[in-house]
Amino acid sequence: MTEPLMKLEGLTKAYPGVVANSDVSFNIQAGEVHALLGENGAGKSTLVKTIYGLVKPDTGTMTLDGKPFTPAEPRAARAAGIAMVFQHFSLFEALDVAENVALGMENPPPMKDLAQRIKEVSETYGLPLNPSRIVGDLSAGERQRVEIIRCLLQDPKVLIMDEPTSVLTPQEVEILFETLRKLKSEGTAILYISHKLEEIRALCDHATVLRLGEVVGTCDPRETSAREMAELMVGGTLHVPEREVGESGETLMQISGLSAPSPAEYGTSLKDITLDIRAGDVIGIGGVAGNGQDELLGALSGEIKVGEGQVAFMGQDIGQLAPDARRSLGICAAPEERMGHAAAPDMSLTENAALTGRKRKDLAKNGFIDWNKTRNFAEIIIERFDVRTPGAGNAARSLSGGNLQKFVIGREILQDPKILIVNQPTWGVDASAAAAIRQALLDLAAKGAGVIVISQDLDELMEISDQFAALNEGRLSKPRPAQGLTVEEIGLMLGGAHDMEVAHVEAVT
Amino acid sequence: MILLEKRPQPSQFWSYGAPIVAVILTMIFGAALFATLGKPPVEALSKIFWEPLFGEFNFFYLPQLLIKGAPLVAIALGLSLGFKAGIWNIGAEGQYIIGALCGAAVGLALYPMEARWLVLPAMLIAGAFGGFAWAMIPGILRVKFNTNEILVSLMLVYVAEQLLAAMALGALKNPEGMGFPGSRNLSQYASASSWIDQGNGMHWGVVIALIAVIFAYILFTRHILGFQIKLAGQAPRAAAFSGVNPARLVLFCLGTSGALAGVAGLTEVSGPAGVVSIDFNVGYGFTAIIVAFLGRLHPVGILMAGTLMALTYIGGDVAQSSLGLPKAAIQVFQGTLLFSLLGIDVLTNYRVRMKRGATA
Repeated sequence: MTEPLMKLEGLTKAYPGVVANSDVSFNIQAGEVHALLGENGAGKSTLVKTIYGLVKPDTGTMTLDGKPFTPAEPRAARAAGIAMVFQHFSLFEALDVAENVALGMENPPPMKDLAQRIKEVSETYGLPLNPSRIVGDLSAGERQRVEIIRCLLQDPKVLIMDEPTSVLTPQEVEILFETLRKLKSEGTAILYISHKLEEIRALCDHATVLRLGEVVGTCDPRETSAREMAELMVGGTLHVPEREVGESGETLMQISGLSAPSPAEYGTSLKDITLDIRAGDVIGIGGVAGNGQDELLGALSGEIKVGEGQVAFMGQDIGQLAPDARRSLGICAAPEERMGHAAAPDMSLTENAALTGRKRKDLAKNGFIDWNKTRNFAEIIIERFDVRTPGAGNAARSLSGGNLQKFVIGREILQDPKILIVNQPTWGVDASAAAAIRQALLDLAAKGAGVIVISQDLDELMEISDQFAALNEGRLSKPRPAQGLTVEEIGLMLGGAHDMEVAHVEAVT
Repeated sequence: MILLEKRPQPSQFWSYGAPIVAVILTMIFGAALFATLGKPPVEALSKIFWEPLFGEFNFFYLPQLLIKGAPLVAIALGLSLGFKAGIWNIGAEGQYIIGALCGAAVGLALYPMEARWLVLPAMLIAGAFGGFAWAMIPGILRVKFNTNEILVSLMLVYVAEQLLAAMALGALKNPEGMGFPGSRNLSQYASASSWIDQGNGMHWGVVIALIAVIFAYILFTRHILGFQIKLAGQAPRAAAFSGVNPARLVLFCLGTSGALAGVAGLTEVSGPAGVVSIDFNVGYGFTAIIVAFLGRLHPVGILMAGTLMALTYIGGDVAQSSLGLPKAAIQVFQGTLLFSLLGIDVLTNYRVRMKRGATA
């Protein structure tokens, strides 16, 4: 084996109360795709932040190209040849592609040259992108391309990608993988973080598995099954959700001709959506982010009021009802964005339990909140959904994303809803917790509730849905039985990769 | 390099300790300031903080503390509702004036009726309503047309001041005042006077301010409305998801703060001030904004901040007259208090870390 491009040796980083990384060592070769696997809180983020210069390790050393590498800040890491595509994009919607790229550069060239270089790089790597388009109008997949191109313009030696496929259609994933393979063939090392084990098997040459901050194993993903890798991550056997297939019951909710403008400036309006939700059914709604998912959840939860006759619950028109009134009827929802939407970050978990649980759990009398009862409710959620926190008095923002997600989903499920609408229920949640959440959703349906799961994770939808429909530019396809659908069919329902061709044509003209 | 690192939890210690540290810092700074002005620093500080409370003439200053503190506390409490929810009523001064005008008008109209059980309550209701109605103008404009309530409420202060001048010279002018501007003296009209015990500075405004502290405390700790106010301020999307009606919240917060400012105005005009005069308002409505933040929008905090603020006013006067400190120095001193409190406040949510920077 040749001398590795990057060596990590004995990296340790402790935060008050938790050791995020403990004696982590591994090597990254030039021209390999190296997977970093681990549950939430396993220390993957801390590790990549260390490499990217955002976190300074307590002990341990890194070398790059045989030289010691101690980046004091991301700028130094970038100068040394490290680039990173974050899970959350940092783009300005009102600016165009070239301006966004320029903002991330130390010494941006004149705009005209930059646009030219963006075009060159995007064509070389099969990532068509028109530099003069406004980012607000781009799909999530295209936005990711902006981030990737921003990185590629630096000619990185190591490219770090954090959960890059969560926002892509299967066809777009294929295109991304082609790009990554091309980069790899040119000698770039790629550090690839993902929860999707099948993807890692398809793409990566090497995998390092972290658990509780320590390296617990390495493997060759091409020769290891997804289940084995999952068990390595979890450190035990993985529970796969199971369900008894039951008859679906009476129709609970009827959505007919639902159209609503988006309240957000760059949002997607809902267009003529029709769907019946029956008792005991799990309806999976797939689609690339930004195709009306938030708006659909808002229209059903009551945040967005809709016209007469568009949403009915057990025969009653509820389109104009406020969220609380809908909850009283038994319609609960869990939005995608946990911080600031599903939960208030600076409030305690007890207060966050009152946020939606007030009506159905009877937490208030005559307008006065019964904090003891509310705390009990929060503690039950914490216990039943295995939320890792010192107590219900802790602020929501102190929880990791996955733990807060468990809390939010638990809060809604424990209210015994008749209809539950969830958006991205397991996004950023580790494998075993995700399985537990899916199981809870299935159990709820088995008890006779109607469940709508909006998700970008197609494996998840295929695993739990009875019916599958795709949301594309605010329109919902006709639901089809989930069993027997192939990945290609789903991809086409989602709109395939047609937006890429559009971009490509524009880029050429 | 000094770094600020966000704490996962707001620090309990610093949320209580910050005001104390801020006051100590202010004293140190103040001592240095007074020393450079050539005044004895310790004596100056004791004139400001000690003399009004425990000095020889405290029988005169202590009632002043109630008189100056009560309107500050009442108005700041009302403002804190809105400030917590992200609704910025900057025009409490105007609501204070209009409340005083409405209440005084009712009292003057009933003059010389002798039924105190009727006159004073009617005036209180009219005062509260006047402030409420004046605050509803920015409220309704915001709800209906999405105007900025900061600008509207602020500009209405100047309208209210013009109205006050017009009333003092016109409709409310004392018919027996021999042509001098200003109304009859309400504090000398027994049925309308807000005084309970003038010698000790007790008037109905003090009582109402204390009751308001208790109500605000219950509202924020127990009531769903207080919870919704906090939620709307901290996470507007989560508030909408929870089912908070933003329009109703805007109207409630502005209306309540207007009504409290109105009552404060009325109890001032029918007590300590006595008459509706051109320069009746002295800026309580603006100072209350500082008091609200100094008390970190907490009812008990506001009670203490209002008292402290009143103390620096009174103590400042003492220091001016007895030591010849310039007024500007007292104002700098008061500004320092707010400045250091807001500065120290950072420590509640952030911790300071020293970092040996390798960066250029």
